[in-house]
Amino acid sequence: MAEEIVMPRLSDTMERGTIARWLVHEGDAVHEGDVLAEIETDKATMELNAYSDGVLLRILVQDGEAAELGAPIAVVGAEGEDVSGFSAASGNGDAAAADGAGETEAAPPAASEAVAAAPAPDAPAPPAGGGTLKASPVARRMASDAGFDLRGLAGKGSGPDGRIVRVDVERALAGGASAAPAAAAPPAQAPASAPAPAPARAAAAPPEADTVIEPSPMLKAVARRMSESKAQVPHFYLQCEIDMAKALALREELNAELADEGVKLTVNDLIVRACALALRDHPQFHRSWIDGKLYQHGAAHVGVAVALDEGLIVPVIRNADSLPLRELAVVARDLVARARSGSLRQQEIEGGTFSVSNLGMLGITSFQAIINPPEPGILAVGSVVERATGVGGQVVVRPLMTVNLSVDHRAASGADGARLLQTVTRYLEHPLLLLV
Amino acid sequence: MAGVTYREALRRALDEELARDDKVFLMGEEIGRFEGSYKVTAGLYAKYGPRRVRETPIAEEGFVGAGVGAAMLGLRPVVEIMTINFILVAMDMVVNHAAKVRQMFGGKVGVPLVIRTPAGAGAQLTAQHSQSLEVMFAHTPGLKVVAPSTPLDAYGLLKSAIRDDDPVLFVENLVLYNVNGALPEPGDDFTVPIGRAQVVREGRDLTIVAHSYTVRRALTVADRLSQHDIEVEVVDLRSLRPLDAETVIESVKKTSRALVAEEGWATYGVGAELAARISRECFDDLDAPVERVGGAEAPMPYSKPLELAALTLEDKIEKAARGLLADCGLLAEA
Repeated sequence: MAEEIVMPRLSDTMERGTIARWLVHEGDAVHEGDVLAEIETDKATMELNAYSDGVLLRILVQDGEAAELGAPIAVVGAEGEDVSGFSAASGNGDAAAADGAGETEAAPPAASEAVAAAPAPDAPAPPAGGGTLKASPVARRMASDAGFDLRGLAGKGSGPDGRIVRVDVERALAGGASAAPAAAAPPAQAPASAPAPAPARAAAAPPEADTVIEPSPMLKAVARRMSESKAQVPHFYLQCEIDMAKALALREELNAELADEGVKLTVNDLIVRACALALRDHPQFHRSWIDGKLYQHGAAHVGVAVALDEGLIVPVIRNADSLPLRELAVVARDLVARARSGSLRQQEIEGGTFSVSNLGMLGITSFQAIINPPEPGILAVGSVVERATGVGGQVVVRPLMTVNLSVDHRAASGADGARLLQTVTRYLEHPLLLLV
Repeated sequence: MAGVTYREALRRALDEELARDDKVFLMGEEIGRFEGSYKVTAGLYAKYGPRRVRETPIAEEGFVGAGVGAAMLGLRPVVEIMTINFILVAMDMVVNHAAKVRQMFGGKVGVPLVIRTPAGAGAQLTAQHSQSLEVMFAHTPGLKVVAPSTPLDAYGLLKSAIRDDDPVLFVENLVLYNVNGALPEPGDDFTVPIGRAQVVREGRDLTIVAHSYTVRRALTVADRLSQHDIEVEVVDLRSLRPLDAETVIESVKKTSRALVAEEGWATYGVGAELAARISRECFDDLDAPVERVGGAEAPMPYSKPLELAALTLEDKIEKAARGLLADCGLLAEA
């Protein structure tokens, strides 16, 4: 019997995938495990494998086209079977999430697993396929146009049985996802019973522009995640200056010794190592706030933000606290190179417990970064600048680096953040500690 | 010119068309000396005489058939059927002849016939005399069906119907005859095109589609709901065939919500037809399923309370609208 192949969940944050290209044609025989297609998710390009033998009877979603999670994308069955009953829109799609969701890797620490499974805040378990989310067609269309994730409102819409309707999306878009739809049901018949405040109705007119660009899936994912983070995570910021003289000297010495082996440490490697050790030293800071619970992290998995022409990606250096500096440098270099060439695997971009973003090489002296939820914080690193400063009553010139720590105030207090930053400073100002 | 009744608007259109074209003549029961059961033809017999305003026996099949024949031979008969209930006797002439002649004669002969007849209920005329059967004719290819709700549209559409080269069923309404409205000056040669709906009230939250007298009820409901900050758009279909679905669709694309109200039965009715078209054309614009409301699915009872319960009155339309709006989170439960 012919079976639908549905768009699988290939990453935690994925809502839809784009068929980069089909590697088999209609009519081709396929065997379990064969690579059928390459799928571009919000972050990476992944391979889609066949999970049964048969003939690829029909392709429902063509190269370059996108499909929601769980939506049928192709039909596999016996040669000559009638597939007229299948269409791209008709998915029952229940198999989608079951196949592959959250099982991309042997579980690292318990907390990370919880992180990996964390859905949008306050959402009940996300529906497996697009078909089970109750939302009116216009609500779906508006959400899709705005890049807004309806699953956050699943079951909480103002319509019958929690169906998400137009006003719910209008309110969410106007007031951030926090606006509670269906809350405070007004008394029947009261004149005030018509909610929908005026601003919610005013559809923003598109601004004037020379051209309108359809963002890539990655750019949309970055936009959505950053908006959600700024809207939902209460950020606070701590700044300090770190004297980098010894760290720079150590790096120079090590690089001179390691040059023959082809290993080259970057300043960022030292910073990542310092952060990883500091996170290990401060478990009080090292935890994530998810749905009203704190998830304690053990090992430090530190993400390194890499700017791309089209978007931003944060590969994660796993167990950065237990990698010797030399290995950390090799791993980081490999991840950054593959981030730029677009060949990261999904598991390499998820599960971080902290991130470092460095704009020093671009001449930025100080900035503040947006937290990558559910991580508790991110360190924004500026350039090392020689500046006059006071040391022991004398004005001296030192190579100073300004760092800003952004902290999720639900997960950690000001003092927790300050202690972490103090320890990072200590490691970098006494860099031999990074080696022992 | 203000304050002309729907009845007078029809009379004026007939008078002006009789004067304009001597091929136009009227036929029907009691339309001459008695001036019609609802006095639409008042004064016309005296003015144009028995050749142009012809009285007929109580024999609908016969005089509708005579109208079809006269039209085939080049005249422009305007036949009055006392109420739409009696057209059932002449169904064969309307559906099997008037509607089919042009196609079956290879386009060489048309039937420029107008059948005027009031539909509607509300005067305890009971099951056989209270029907709104226009959908039966709107179902039939080859016929045109119009059902204006204002004196102006009645005037303009009757003129267009008389000048049309195909058979037109012109549906009036007993309760509308005394409704007042403005008309253009007599010399303006004003007409309203067949097959064009009109947005008679603009709104952003809900589209109510109606025809004939139900348009006025829909407007009342729109007034009531506006007190709850709900802005209803009302579309007067004016013509049922050809059906101006584009105007409805444009409105629903704006409001995302649609309710079709009709005096006739909803099953297989105007609402059924529009719900199908809206679902297809506005699928991604809808916030809730298309709602429809019509008369009780039963022969009209004689008892006044039961008659009121069966009619598509304002309260029934409002209740359906409130239910729809509640489902969309715009109103507390209806």
